[in-house]
Amino acid sequence: MPSLDDLKKRIKSVKSTQKITKAMKMVAAAKLRKAQENAEKGRPYSQKMQNIILNLTKSISDPQNAPKLLVGTGKDKTYLCVVLTADRGLCGGFNSNICKLAKSNFKKILGEGKNLKIITVGSKGLDQIKRDYGKYIVKKFSFKEKKQISFNEADLIGKEIINLFDKEEFDICQLFYNNFKNVITQIPQAQQIIPAIKKDSSDKQEKNSTYYEFEPEEDEILEDLLPKNISTQLFKAFLENAASEQGSRMTAMDNATRNAGDLVDKLTINYNRSRQASITKELIEIISGAESL
Amino acid sequence: MSNFTVEILSPAKSILKIEAHEVILPSFEGEIGILKDHIPIITFLRPGIIKILSDADQEFFVEDGTVEFVNNNLLVLTSTARKLSDLKKENLDLIITETKKAIDKDSLKDKEKYLLTYKLETLKNIIQ
Repeated sequence: MPSLDDLKKRIKSVKSTQKITKAMKMVAAAKLRKAQENAEKGRPYSQKMQNIILNLTKSISDPQNAPKLLVGTGKDKTYLCVVLTADRGLCGGFNSNICKLAKSNFKKILGEGKNLKIITVGSKGLDQIKRDYGKYIVKKFSFKEKKQISFNEADLIGKEIINLFDKEEFDICQLFYNNFKNVITQIPQAQQIIPAIKKDSSDKQEKNSTYYEFEPEEDEILEDLLPKNISTQLFKAFLENAASEQGSRMTAMDNATRNAGDLVDKLTINYNRSRQASITKELIEIISGAESL
Repeated sequence: MSNFTVEILSPAKSILKIEAHEVILPSFEGEIGILKDHIPIITFLRPGIIKILSDADQEFFVEDGTVEFVNNNLLVLTSTARKLSDLKKENLDLIITETKKAIDKDSLKDKEKYLLTYKLETLKNIIQ
């Protein structure tokens, strides 16, 4: 049985923890609104770009000579996985969810006897992945000191990926990030960015296709556009991730605050009970002392 | 004059969405003017100035970008668009010196050199 003093101390410490989680929740809520806005503003750009690429690929005359970024190298020997996570913790299952998805994919890739290469963005993902898959990590990025991730950072990573691709270091590139659906739901996602089209998507086209004029040739436009598309997709993933992180943190901190409240209630009842018990005990002692006289 | 919709998008946000009757774009192979009911076209940009002619004319400096025109919707995707009136002279001077330095490097490919030369020329024109 803890003494009254111990209980008092515990109540105090839980209360101060509650204050911290409450403050974090407020901050996350404020940041979330902004991040959400950014994510929504960024969506049209990447969508439209995908659209243009789709239109371009429809009219490509010579699929044999199409850029490799679009159709792939024809092999699927080496996978490059880019795992996007946060730099900070205390955001519920946010980081673990991405890592869990990524790890199950790693397992599958390795199980099929293929080569694996990993790029991590964000320090939390790195910590979780390097325990089991440390030797596969080829590059790690962290933008901890950046307050807000801009297109430049996405471009930096995009260039690095293209650089590796040009050196034929990998055949297929996948992106792991959390898609922001709403404050409570974030869905971890795996998106393939190289090659830009999957083979089966070629069936369901032809409908309402417009005839486009191209200037210069399709191939040249694609060569200019595809590297940009990779940076764009990365940037989109960044924005979605940032919004998801804040959303996830907000719900996590909300839960923590509520739990702390419950704990305080429980401890207070305990405290009052033992206080009452000690008073009763003292009274009994006094009374029985008086009786014995 | 009949109008069509112009939209300039950057990765982070939508920069502009208005109705215009003519837009002049610095396409990679030369300037093109787009009027209503132009045939669908996809092209990409070199450094230059996008001129939007409408009730209130606007000009944007871009370094690169992709353009799609379809169904009287002109879509410009660029990460570098800046409104001409927002560009300050000091900033321009800085960009010009940087661009000059970049041009002098030997490792440049022809295409990169071509793009940088255009960038420099456009910037000089803006200053004048």
